[in-house]
Amino acid sequence: MSAEILEKEQLSKGVFRMVLRGPKIARKRKAGQFVVVRIHEEGERIPLTIADADPEKGTITIIYQIVGKSTRHLADLRVGDTILDLVGPLGKPTHVEFFGTVACIGGGIGIAPVYPITQAMKNAGNHVISIIGARSKEVLIMEEEMRTVSDDMVVTTDDGTYGFHGLVSQALEEKYLKPGRKIDLVVAIGPVRMMSAVCDVTKKYNVPTVVSLNTVMVDATGMCGACRVSVAEKMQFVCVDGPEFDGHQVDFKELMDRLCIYLTDEQKSVDHYCSHGRHVGD
Amino acid sequence: MDMKERLQIPRQPMPEQEAQKRARNFEEVPLGYTPKMAETEALRCIQCKKPACVEGCPVEVNIPGFIELVAQGRYIEAAILIKQTNALPAVCGRVCPQEAQCEERCVRGKKGDPVAIGRLERFVADYEREAGEVSIPEPAPKTGKRVAVVGSGPAGLTVAGDLVKLGHDVTIFEALHEPGGVLVYGIPEFRLPKAIVRAEVDYLRRMGVKIETSYVIGKLDTVDDLFAEGYDAVFLGTGAGLPTFMNIPGENLNGIYSANEYLTRSNLMKAYRFPEYDTPIVRGKKVAVVGGGNVAMDAARTAMRLGAEHVYLIYRRSRTEMPARIEEIHHAEEEGIEFHLLTNPIRYIGNDKGWVIGVECLKMELGEPDESGRRKPVPMKGSEFVIDIDTAVVAIGAGSNPLVQSTTPGLETNKWNYIVADEETGQTSREGVFAGGDIVTGSATVILAMGAGRKAARAIHTYVMSKE
Repeated sequence: MSAEILEKEQLSKGVFRMVLRGPKIARKRKAGQFVVVRIHEEGERIPLTIADADPEKGTITIIYQIVGKSTRHLADLRVGDTILDLVGPLGKPTHVEFFGTVACIGGGIGIAPVYPITQAMKNAGNHVISIIGARSKEVLIMEEEMRTVSDDMVVTTDDGTYGFHGLVSQALEEKYLKPGRKIDLVVAIGPVRMMSAVCDVTKKYNVPTVVSLNTVMVDATGMCGACRVSVAEKMQFVCVDGPEFDGHQVDFKELMDRLCIYLTDEQKSVDHYCSHGRHVGD
Repeated sequence: MDMKERLQIPRQPMPEQEAQKRARNFEEVPLGYTPKMAETEALRCIQCKKPACVEGCPVEVNIPGFIELVAQGRYIEAAILIKQTNALPAVCGRVCPQEAQCEERCVRGKKGDPVAIGRLERFVADYEREAGEVSIPEPAPKTGKRVAVVGSGPAGLTVAGDLVKLGHDVTIFEALHEPGGVLVYGIPEFRLPKAIVRAEVDYLRRMGVKIETSYVIGKLDTVDDLFAEGYDAVFLGTGAGLPTFMNIPGENLNGIYSANEYLTRSNLMKAYRFPEYDTPIVRGKKVAVVGGGNVAMDAARTAMRLGAEHVYLIYRRSRTEMPARIEEIHHAEEEGIEFHLLTNPIRYIGNDKGWVIGVECLKMELGEPDESGRRKPVPMKGSEFVIDIDTAVVAIGAGSNPLVQSTTPGLETNKWNYIVADEETGQTSREGVFAGGDIVTGSATVILAMGAGRKAARAIHTYVMSKE
């Protein structure tokens, strides 16, 4: 079904938040699930995490960063425009229960999907430590929202322009694990390199770690296998078996390679989009 | 024309695009009969009193009846007659394995060639559509009963068409953005133009069938939710949409696709028109397709059309055991697909960037027949060899997608997770829930799914009408 854009807001350079009409999805979705959007008739199907939902208003929130043609196109749309297809909620919800102390880690645009999980973990009675990071202060998103659902929070920037100077994985180790703070579960979402680095740290301290993977998808219902990853040396589909997996078992190297399959095509698609007139407002 | 003259007419060939040209475009390969050809072919039918062809048809089309109308030039009437039992004649005329069904039983086939029933069916349906004279049957009085159909492939479309004609309120729920199921994501444009599927779907819409696309049952709603929303019965026609891999080393390398992904990108997402369409596809120069069924042929021929220099079809048995239709194998060969028969991949070789650069295979020989009745391929020791490739498509069959089964308590499934349903009625272990097509039988044909849909529609009608 199609979905009207109700709100649009730029969060930082190239990062947007959109509220879409999707009454049924808003009622059914749980933390950790995602939607697939196809913007127009010639569009591709791209997965986007549901960052928030309002069952009463019948809306869902998506947050995305411009990386390729479709996200660029999405950013060119305006309030009142319609997205041709919105499918969801897809994927398995996050396993939420009382674990004790949970560290929710978001890197870059990964802060958006970690937010609903943080909220759910907090609601389940966990002591929630949030560690969110960005390259630089001006591209950090959702700091305030994250603060409201966290008991303790650390902000990191790669360039030291704000908060802890370094990576989220370093903050996790230096501020919590090395001093002996007991953490029962880590949830980490962000670039593959970041999740991989977090897992390297948590393996060392033996802390169970859940990662949420964002891969290429086509149907996103288990039909095509585009999103396959190796977890504990077994083939898994991110769309139906995930998107969350035991981070200590994920083959990150393979995942990184697979994310590069369409890099050249992505550029071609962006060039085509920009040279053929953007579909602003259609 | 008397019988003797009729018997002397040879089977009329159907014109098709020349192999070299068509191997590089996505337009339909066979071009269809002209009215003259159709009339000539129709005269070959000797109008048997007890037509064996009809028994060979899973939906019992009145074959001699419609052929006689074609012979008389009454094409529209012929189309109306076919549609009494077959809602998708333009599709069936193209993709049914007639050689194993109606045409196999044709009396004329005993001494010579059978009547080209499939080509005539296609002609009639195309004629009606192109003439713009598609008639909508008189709707039956409303029964007030609501039926949910899950999946819009051949089974679901048939069920929906049959039930709406009986006056029921029918809604189809389709997970993808376009209705048609395997007809739109699986079968390529050059074998089944999507405009034809759209026309068939529009016909159902005009009859009153509602279609909800991008609606995943098992996620947005469960089967129980549908009952809670007031549906009186649910039909499950979710197909065999789970890709199968061989579980050999290197299968996750870049450039290796499941047939489902490769075909979905090209067919449903129109990746062959990238970048006009957004979805990309790897356009390999040396493509290996693994498998010997119709899907493997479709993938191989798609690879050729996407610009491959070599397309190797790797199949572990010999040509005789290939499950693909002879016509498809023949088309593939004409288009330059290179067959590596009695060959089985054992691992893929990648470069340092994670891209596939080769497939290592073993030569096979045929041993004793296995449970499928086909001779079992046995590896030949020390026969390993490597084929250089940059793309591979794994087309070794499909499994059942568990989304609906796993969210429907009490729904009985077999060990392959297909839904257990009565062969005559489609009744499952859950009251009011019926199933048919590939989700019950495993991967089969369009027409068998339609046959199952027809039977289920009858049973659903009886069920909802007997309900308070």
